[in-house]
Amino acid sequence: MTYIPHSPKEREAMLATIGVKSLEDLFKDIPAKHRFPELDLPPALTEMEAAAELGELSIGNENIRTDLISFLGAGAYNHYIPAAMDHILRRGEFYTAYTPYQPEISQGTLQAIFEYQSLICALTGMEVSNASHYDGATAVAEAANMAYAQFRGKRKKVVISPTVHPQYRETMRTYVQGMSLDLAGDDPKANLDAGPDSLEGLIDENTALVIVQYPDFFGRVYDFTRLIEQSHDKGALVCVAANPIALALFKTPAEMGADIVVGEGQPLGIPLSFGGPYLGFFTTRKEYIHKMSGRLVGETVDNRGQRAFVLTLTAREQHIKRERAISNICSNQGLMALAAAVYLSLLGQNGLRQVAELCYHKAHYAAEKISKVKGYSLCFNSPFFHEFTICCPKPVAEINDHLLEHGILGGYDLGQDYPSLKDHMLIAVTEMNTRDEIDALVDVLAEVNRD
Amino acid sequence: MNIPTNLKYTKTDEWFDPATGAMGLSDYAQGQLSDIVFVEIVISVGETVSQGKPIASVESVKAAAETYAPASGKVVAVNEDLSGNPEVLNNDPYGKGWMVKVESANAPGLMDAAAYTKYCDERAH
Repeated sequence: MTYIPHSPKEREAMLATIGVKSLEDLFKDIPAKHRFPELDLPPALTEMEAAAELGELSIGNENIRTDLISFLGAGAYNHYIPAAMDHILRRGEFYTAYTPYQPEISQGTLQAIFEYQSLICALTGMEVSNASHYDGATAVAEAANMAYAQFRGKRKKVVISPTVHPQYRETMRTYVQGMSLDLAGDDPKANLDAGPDSLEGLIDENTALVIVQYPDFFGRVYDFTRLIEQSHDKGALVCVAANPIALALFKTPAEMGADIVVGEGQPLGIPLSFGGPYLGFFTTRKEYIHKMSGRLVGETVDNRGQRAFVLTLTAREQHIKRERAISNICSNQGLMALAAAVYLSLLGQNGLRQVAELCYHKAHYAAEKISKVKGYSLCFNSPFFHEFTICCPKPVAEINDHLLEHGILGGYDLGQDYPSLKDHMLIAVTEMNTRDEIDALVDVLAEVNRD
Repeated sequence: MNIPTNLKYTKTDEWFDPATGAMGLSDYAQGQLSDIVFVEIVISVGETVSQGKPIASVESVKAAAETYAPASGKVVAVNEDLSGNPEVLNNDPYGKGWMVKVESANAPGLMDAAAYTKYCDERAH
């Protein structure tokens, strides 16, 4: 079977049409020595040999399913993924990453997206959800795009808390550089213990958007109601980047008055896989729907009165509005959005709350134990969810080397992002960590300090 | 097609009323767009608008379009009712469908009703 769809006859016809005699003539402007360069490749392998070699290579990996105990989070978390998920995701009907361009013919895909949107709205408390972005970082950046458009470019400042994930802030810096938007508050040297009130001084009549994280990068939970009220007094919008698992336990950002709620959807049944593919969720209030980027599926009835699904408000999208569209990032993570929908359906409201409670209680057990180990202390006093910051007696890299020798993947080294947090480690605990594992972590930490 | 004789018109299908300073989208334009579902006025009272610059963004069930100012001038009123009732652009484009009013208008090069009728007819064939 040939994989080239054109027959020799068709190729001849095409060459004749553009007036060249042969394929060689077509490429004659490329110097001969570059046309078929010698590639430094090893000899070809049979399928059996290739499988053996790849298998050999993969043995070198250590992963948290079989080899390591993980206390590493910092934006991506180790949660249990129900076995049914893979079976549903691998169905041929779903196994494509894109929303179809002739969408209404694919009612099943549209319904899956509609269910995803509905579940994300229920979780965040918001009125509308789009059908996702690449990851949490790009979802946060799209919030700035939306606010910029909402004020028609007249408000030129975005205030972002220094306790928003460093990678989200980095993505934000990339986005705003061509938009004549100023970023305020993006200062890793700021007082990190000051709470959300410290942002108030930065918010003025020129502020389009205020961005905070919930729980913040250090795992801390704040009520942003007051900050949101004060932002609204200045006419600014507020975006809360939230952890979806935490939303099962705490007051929703919608209840605090947030205008936009976004976040990283990875904790919703998506495996840890070296940064992706992950999922950015994006929700807002109805009044801003025309400024929201991305796909949006709506429910309607067809001409026979049956429930049906459509791509709603497509006019604001890039393929109609083109250069006038608010965002030209419309690609979604269809399969990842489906994963989140399947995860939320399998767990249900009570199951998700149970996951959140397990995370909360195990993390608090771990924090309590670690704070009693000589040389270690909790860095912040604020309430936290499933992640907390500890002050260490030695450099974090050194401690993590030691932990790895015991099969433990240690926490995130905060000194790399925040100069004032040298020798500080961010530890994440989820429902996956057993009491024995937490006790083992505590023992090794104690051992490191004694050495 | 309704083309009132007291108004002036642009090649991009906006109308301008020299007597009142009002401007909007022509009957021909609303017919081409079909059902209008969203309209956003993109300028505010007190601003100065220049002929040919966007004053509104309009979306119908099949297209999205920009509306351009047929005249330059200082904006003295914008139609706040439109965003809640975009369908009036279809039903009453020259009345309740007005978008923006300007004062001290300057509107060179516009067509009168006769010229605009001819212009629309030409495009229809």
